[in-house]
Amino acid sequence: MKRLLLAGAAAALLFAAPAQAQSPDKILNSSYDIARELFAAINEAFVPAYKAQTGRDVTVDQSHGGTSAQARSIAEGLEADVVTFNQTTDIDFLVQQGFVSEDWQSEFPNNASPYYSFPSFLVREGNPKNITDWDDLARDDVEVIFPNPKTSGNARYTYLAAVAYAKEAFGDDEEKIAEFVGKIFDNVPVFDTGGRGATTTFIERGIGDVIITFEAETRSIAREYGEDSYDSVVPSVSLLAEFPVAIVDRVAERRGSQELAKDYLNFLYSEEGQRIAATFGNRVHDEKVTAEFADQFPEVRLVTAEDVFGGWDRIQEEHFASDAKLDQIFGDR
Amino acid sequence: MAQHPAKPPRVGDKPAIRWTLIAFVVFFGSLLVLAPLLVIFTQAFALGIGHFAETIALPDTRHAIFLTVLTALIAVPLNTIFGIAAAWAITKFEFWGRRFLLIVIEIPFSISPVVAGVAYLFVYGLQGLFGPALQSAEIQILFALPGIVLASMFVTAPFVARELIPLMQAQGRDLEEAATSLGASGWRTFLTVTLPNIRWALLYGVVLCNARVMGEFGAVSVVSGKIRGQTNTLPLHIELLYHDYNTVGAFAAASILAVLALVTIVAKLALERRGAGRAGRPALASPTVAIQEKTS
Repeated sequence: MKRLLLAGAAAALLFAAPAQAQSPDKILNSSYDIARELFAAINEAFVPAYKAQTGRDVTVDQSHGGTSAQARSIAEGLEADVVTFNQTTDIDFLVQQGFVSEDWQSEFPNNASPYYSFPSFLVREGNPKNITDWDDLARDDVEVIFPNPKTSGNARYTYLAAVAYAKEAFGDDEEKIAEFVGKIFDNVPVFDTGGRGATTTFIERGIGDVIITFEAETRSIAREYGEDSYDSVVPSVSLLAEFPVAIVDRVAERRGSQELAKDYLNFLYSEEGQRIAATFGNRVHDEKVTAEFADQFPEVRLVTAEDVFGGWDRIQEEHFASDAKLDQIFGDR
Repeated sequence: MAQHPAKPPRVGDKPAIRWTLIAFVVFFGSLLVLAPLLVIFTQAFALGIGHFAETIALPDTRHAIFLTVLTALIAVPLNTIFGIAAAWAITKFEFWGRRFLLIVIEIPFSISPVVAGVAYLFVYGLQGLFGPALQSAEIQILFALPGIVLASMFVTAPFVARELIPLMQAQGRDLEEAATSLGASGWRTFLTVTLPNIRWALLYGVVLCNARVMGEFGAVSVVSGKIRGQTNTLPLHIELLYHDYNTVGAFAAASILAVLALVTIVAKLALERRGAGRAGRPALASPTVAIQEKTS
C-alpha cells in the first residue's frame, strides 16, 4: 500500500512540476511541417554565429506541423517565441488573438518573408508529354497531380496560380477562366488531402504526368526519389508564395526573449542564412546568393496575391468561401 | 451434443468449410497485418543496417523513443490502478450510479482520440477553463509531458477495466465474502483472493493498454506541441520524418515502435507460459485453498 501511495505522490509531483526554468538562452521556433531539415541546418549555423557575435550559448528548439494547427497551439499556450510559417493567413490569426503585433510584416524586410517560392512543376524523366506551362495542364492527354484545394494550402496556391495565368490569357472573361481551370481540374485523377499524399500518388503509385507543388518541394522530392527520374519544369508565370516570419510578442515579452528572437529571425536574412535557404530549393533576396544559385533557378515571372486578386481577404471571399469560385469549379468533381 | 444426435453438424465439421475458413483468415491476416509489418522492416533496412542505426541514433529519434517509453511507464501503472479500482467498485459493490460509471469508463472507446485532445485544449489551454490560471502559476500541462500523459491516459482508461469487469462479474463475490467472513482484511482479500483470480485478464489489459499508450497519435498530436527533442513522441516523430521525405528514417522509427509493441506481446506470452506451467490447477481453486490453510 505504501508503495502505491508513494507512486501516487510521485505522479502527483510530476503533474504539478512547474514549467521548465525560463531561460532567455533558449527559444522555440514553431514552423511548418516540411521545414524540419531546413531549420535543422539554419539552427546549426545560427548557434555558433550567435556565439561568435555575442559570446552567448543559445539553443533553438523546433516544433513542426501544419501551420494552422501550429498557430492554434500557440493560441492555446504553446510557448513559441518565433513563428516561421508558409502561410500569411496563419500569422494573421495570431494577430487577431493578440499574440503577434499588427505591423509584423514591416518588422522584417520583404514583407517579413526571408525566402519565397511558387507553384512549379515536376515531370517524369525527359518530360515525355512536353509540359512547359500552365496551358499544357489543360491538354486532354495530360494527367495532373495536386492535392485537394479544399484541404491543402499548397493546392490553393496551385489553384490561384492557374487562375492568375488564365486571367492573363483571357483577360476578365470569367467564363473562359473557369473553363480553363475546370479543364485542369478534370485532368486530376485523384485529389489527395495533402501535399505528401499527392507526392505518394505521383511517385509511388506512378499516377500522373506532372505534379504541381512549391518549387522548393519539387527539389526535395527529386532529391529523395532520384534526381535522374524526374525533371523540374518552371512555368512562365506563377504566384509568389511567401514564407512569413514573426516574433510571437506575447510569448517573447513574457519570457524576455525578444532580442534573441529578433536576432534569430534576422539571421535568416544574413548571407549565410539565405544560402542555407537556397540550398533547400527556396528562392532568396540576397543578390550575392541569388547569383551563386543562378543556374538552379530559371527565370520566372511572379505575380502577387495582392496585385492579381486584391489580397488574401478578397481571395478568401471570392474564391475559397463556401459556394465561391473554387466550389463552383470543384463542385461537380 | 451426444444426446441430440439429430442436430445438424457444426460449422467446421466439413473439411471443405474448415479449410476455406482457415485459408480465408490466413490470407486476410497476412494481407492486413503481416504484409505491412514486413514492409516496415524491409523499408527500414532498405539502405542497410548502418543507415538504420544512424537514424535511430539521431538525438531527436532517441528522445522520441525515450519519451514514448516514459509516457507508458507513467500512464500504464496509473491506468492499471484505476482499472482495478473501477472494476472492483463496479463488480463488488452495489451503489447508485453503477451503470452510469460503467458507461463513463467506456466513453474513451467510442470517442475519437482527436476529440479527447481538443477537449483537453478547452480545459487546460490558454483560451480554456484553467489555462490562464495555470500560466500565471507557471504550471505547464499542455505542450509538455503532463499533457501527453493525460491524453494517453484518457484514451487508454477503459482497457484494464474492460478486461476485468466481465471476469469479475462472472466470478461473483462469494470468494471475497468468504475471505472477509473468515477475518481477512480488505487488502489481504484483494491480494490473496481477487488478484490471483484476475491476473491473466489483468495482464492482458495491461499489455493492451501499454500498446495503445505507445502508439497513441491523435490525442497526443493535439496536446504535444511537437517540440523536437522535448514533446515529440515516437508516433509523432514518425509522421514528421515521413512528411520530411525521410522515408527510411520514418520506417526505421516505425520499426522501433513495432518492436516495442512486439516486446510487450512476447513478454505477455512468456509470462503466461510460466504461469500456466506452475499452476496446473484451475485458477478458482487456489485462493480457496489459501483461505482454508489460514483457518486450519
